[in-house]
Amino acid sequence: MDPKRTFLSWPVVRQVRAGDLLARGPAVTSEKTRSLQPRTATADRVVQSVCPYCAVGCGQRVFVKDERVVQIEGDPDSPVSRGRLCPKGSASEQLVNSPGRQTKVLYRRPHGTSWEPLDRETAIDMIVDRFIESRRNGWQDTDEHGRPLRRTMGIASLGGATLDNEENYLIKKLFTAAGAIQIENQARI
Amino acid sequence: MQDLANADCIIIQGSNMAECHPVGYQWVTEARLKGAKVIHIDPRFTRTSATADKHVPIRAGSDVVFLGALINHILANDLYFKEYVVAYTNAATIVGNEFKDTEDLDGLFSGYDEELGNYDPSSWAYATEGEGPDASPGTIGGPAAGHEHGHSKSERSAGDEHGSGGPALEHARVKRDETLQDPHTVFQILKRHYARYTPEMVADVCGVSVDDFHYVARALTENSGRDRTSAFCYAVGWTQHTLGAQFIRTAAIIQLLLGNMGRPGGGIMALRGHASIQGSTDIPTLYNILPGYLAMPMVGNHDTWDDYVAAIANKAQKGFWANADAYAVSLLKAWWGDAATKENNWAYDYLPRLSGAHGTYQTTMAMKDGEVEGYFLLGQNPAVGSAHGRMQRLALAELKWLVVRDLNMIESATFWKDAPEIATGELETEKIGTEVFFLPPASHVEKAGSFTQTQRLLQWRHKAVNPPGDCQSELGFFFELGKRIRERLADSDDPRDRPLLDLTWDYPLNEDGEISGEAVLQEINGRHLSGERAGELADMYTDLKADGSTSSGCWIYSGVYAKGVNRAANRKPGREQSPVAQEWGWAWPDNRRILYNRASADPEGKPWSERKKYVWWDEENQTWTGLDTPDFVKTTAPSYRPEPGTGGPAGLAGDDPFVMMADGKGWLFAPKGMLDGPLPTHYEPQESPVQNPLYRQQSNPARRVFPRKDNLWSPSGTAPGSEVYPFVFTTYRLTEHHTAGGMSRWLPYLAELQPEFFCEVSPELAEERGLVNGGWATIVSARSAIEARVLVTERMTPLVISGRTLHQVGLPYHWGVGKEALVSGDSANDLLGVALDPNVQIQESKAGSCDIQPGRRPEGEALLRLVHEYQSRAGVTVETSNQLKTTEDGT
Repeated sequence: MDPKRTFLSWPVVRQVRAGDLLARGPAVTSEKTRSLQPRTATADRVVQSVCPYCAVGCGQRVFVKDERVVQIEGDPDSPVSRGRLCPKGSASEQLVNSPGRQTKVLYRRPHGTSWEPLDRETAIDMIVDRFIESRRNGWQDTDEHGRPLRRTMGIASLGGATLDNEENYLIKKLFTAAGAIQIENQARI
Repeated sequence: MQDLANADCIIIQGSNMAECHPVGYQWVTEARLKGAKVIHIDPRFTRTSATADKHVPIRAGSDVVFLGALINHILANDLYFKEYVVAYTNAATIVGNEFKDTEDLDGLFSGYDEELGNYDPSSWAYATEGEGPDASPGTIGGPAAGHEHGHSKSERSAGDEHGSGGPALEHARVKRDETLQDPHTVFQILKRHYARYTPEMVADVCGVSVDDFHYVARALTENSGRDRTSAFCYAVGWTQHTLGAQFIRTAAIIQLLLGNMGRPGGGIMALRGHASIQGSTDIPTLYNILPGYLAMPMVGNHDTWDDYVAAIANKAQKGFWANADAYAVSLLKAWWGDAATKENNWAYDYLPRLSGAHGTYQTTMAMKDGEVEGYFLLGQNPAVGSAHGRMQRLALAELKWLVVRDLNMIESATFWKDAPEIATGELETEKIGTEVFFLPPASHVEKAGSFTQTQRLLQWRHKAVNPPGDCQSELGFFFELGKRIRERLADSDDPRDRPLLDLTWDYPLNEDGEISGEAVLQEINGRHLSGERAGELADMYTDLKADGSTSSGCWIYSGVYAKGVNRAANRKPGREQSPVAQEWGWAWPDNRRILYNRASADPEGKPWSERKKYVWWDEENQTWTGLDTPDFVKTTAPSYRPEPGTGGPAGLAGDDPFVMMADGKGWLFAPKGMLDGPLPTHYEPQESPVQNPLYRQQSNPARRVFPRKDNLWSPSGTAPGSEVYPFVFTTYRLTEHHTAGGMSRWLPYLAELQPEFFCEVSPELAEERGLVNGGWATIVSARSAIEARVLVTERMTPLVISGRTLHQVGLPYHWGVGKEALVSGDSANDLLGVALDPNVQIQESKAGSCDIQPGRRPEGEALLRLVHEYQSRAGVTVETSNQLKTTEDGT
């Protein structure tokens, strides 16, 4: 007889002692269940973040193990959200880890019928070439009355509402200095 | 957001808050548990309605009638907060006698220019001190005050400049009649303007019963005053209309009349839909503004630095906008450093000029017409998410090159093989010359940076892990792009390249070898460049100078990095601080959580009541104090009265709480700034099966229309052919999806929860059209036809409008046609056309006309034939519904 098994470990006694009278809770958990630990408990570190969906700005806690995000939960410290997340915020771990997420640069040549792989450095260089050329092609020094315009209509951009303030700042700064004015984001929509 | 818990009544209109901002909604729930009355006014019954005290179904697009009737009710029954209204609003201010109301001109205000389809607002100006009521028209806000015609203002979407305060006035010497009896006072004008907005009119136009109207009116007025406050919450259900800005103005008038602005549990809560959509407006990736709501220069108006400074602010006006020159100089110093000097007007000529509206829709049309070569899409999916999806996709096919940066392979990146126009034969993959670069970005946990959420709160995100594969943050990408462009142009002597070469672009790298986001936020915050504090970060925007001795990339954010501390990263747990929670994140400006909070105290500086105390004047220490940072000059006593003519912050009297407004008052009547009228007035949507019963003028006469063959509209009102598209459709979001689906249709959990596009119809409409629950329906507008699963539900209420039953169709807009997402479907935005609000150039997507029929839509060319068949049956031409001014015969 297992010396640890005593009167106290009899099922009925366990049920009464644990307050689990219907034997659906702790009284009947298996060794396996007892040894399970939430991913949040085994994470190497927890990083404070903010939900990327709507503009309520719910606090998030990002749980990282082995340099991989293993779970994202609501941050109870946040006075805005008090630990809660909606279905989208609760699913945001999948936004990071979803198998469908694209992690490689792809290229579709003019009139092409499929994607081709492309090295990121080459892609950025190609974009620089096109940026400079289209900037020149769409350049307007003055309007029809000779008043200064100093701009290009060859380049446009859409996006920013999902980006960081610092990112929007660099985008606006670079495009404005390049003379590109057609810079927009979801706030117009 | 948390402050909603202090409200005694909350009206949610133009928003389905419980489903679209579920976590924010906890504060509404909390208010209700404390006894607040919650009312939801919306075309559809949703979870918001289910958890409210009352749901009031309304016809989409008729909100100004409902809200205008509340104004009429408040004024006619003397229910306004008299002391607040007289002291804090412009109710007592006298308007020049050239002003004519829509009640006098059958739906037009004075100053309408039929040729341009715009207003010259000079006749809306205040009368000037020293003039009798019969003297020449007032000039405050008139021609001398940096006058600019409505046309050019609309072109540069000038309404957006008021994101942080009101428009400039010449000075603040206004005439007032504090008895409110003078017929030229704003108060009396308001009374006359809304006199016909009666409960009966509400019943007729909105489809809301007289009893329901009185329920709302009673709840709102009984819960406003000294001891009680009410709040409004809205979202894009108000903004996406051809008079969207005026919807919000109507609510602002109500809140000012009831004394609910600047007070706890009061105000108007804009529920924005993207994590940093507020931030991307403050630091705009928008064509018409520079950081901090400074105008982008417009050719003809702002050709020189002096023109520009004179237009953005006037030293003689009251308040903090009078110092806009300091904000502008500091921005130019941040961007061009030592190359910005007094001699070259701080490099003002490095800024490109606008010549018209260059909003996203104008750009799409220019793209479609072959005028734009290259396009960047940064976390946005216009092929699905923008109005008129078909026009969007056809435009993408005309580009030379396209850069798509997105987490998932969105429809805007795959249009060249998957667009529905390939199925109809309008596009052919091999013939599309667009070169597409798809570059994956870092997700929100793979980079550090700040979002500004809907209540102006900046919250810093720490980086958790490195981005996988080729993924890179926008910060990294744009830093690199700028670096390489500058290297490529380094030897150029072309003057057009100077702004790029002189640009400050030398950011430090952090330990991961990435550009430091903190360094960028510090540049935004601003620095002292010379003088005693040279090198120090600015404490707040009052540090900024117009002499080139300071820099700041966005003046309203100045203070976020004061004393070298990243305050956006402040994280004192909510339970360890007061409910105002000023030690969590940082709110602009100056960490204030409620704007204009001087109004929470009475004119003498005492709280209006113990229950609603927030900030007050501390007589002993001669300073403003309270639960939040006072939004006022800290040492200006309530009794302070400036010398007449004093401008700037010193011009604010001790009882001028609206510190960003040129006269220190809350504006019931807008003498300037709104481009389609100084008062909100009801017009029908661009496309509506209903005739405007208030005026002959059918739709907003200043709205922006684009008569093009690819942008057709159904006939409106009683015009022949309107019966072909007899129903109203309105678009909306679901809890489980996010806008065009780029961040939700690729996630297994979310895709499974809401797998398929559907339309909501009432049992009565289902009966009338033979629609079966769970079956298919085809919805046809003047632009396109789409198919959706049918959801027959009593959540949709048929309304009786002008004596006939009107049905509305609800359409969530998250799906798109493509092969990459886990779930796909037709896109509701394909039904929409492009007609815009003149103030902000936002499209009308919340009300359109359609037909609905059982069964799936035809495929291929047959789809185009169906749309054409409807158009020809309705007699639709390029001119249909595009006349700005409604003529004698009602067209």
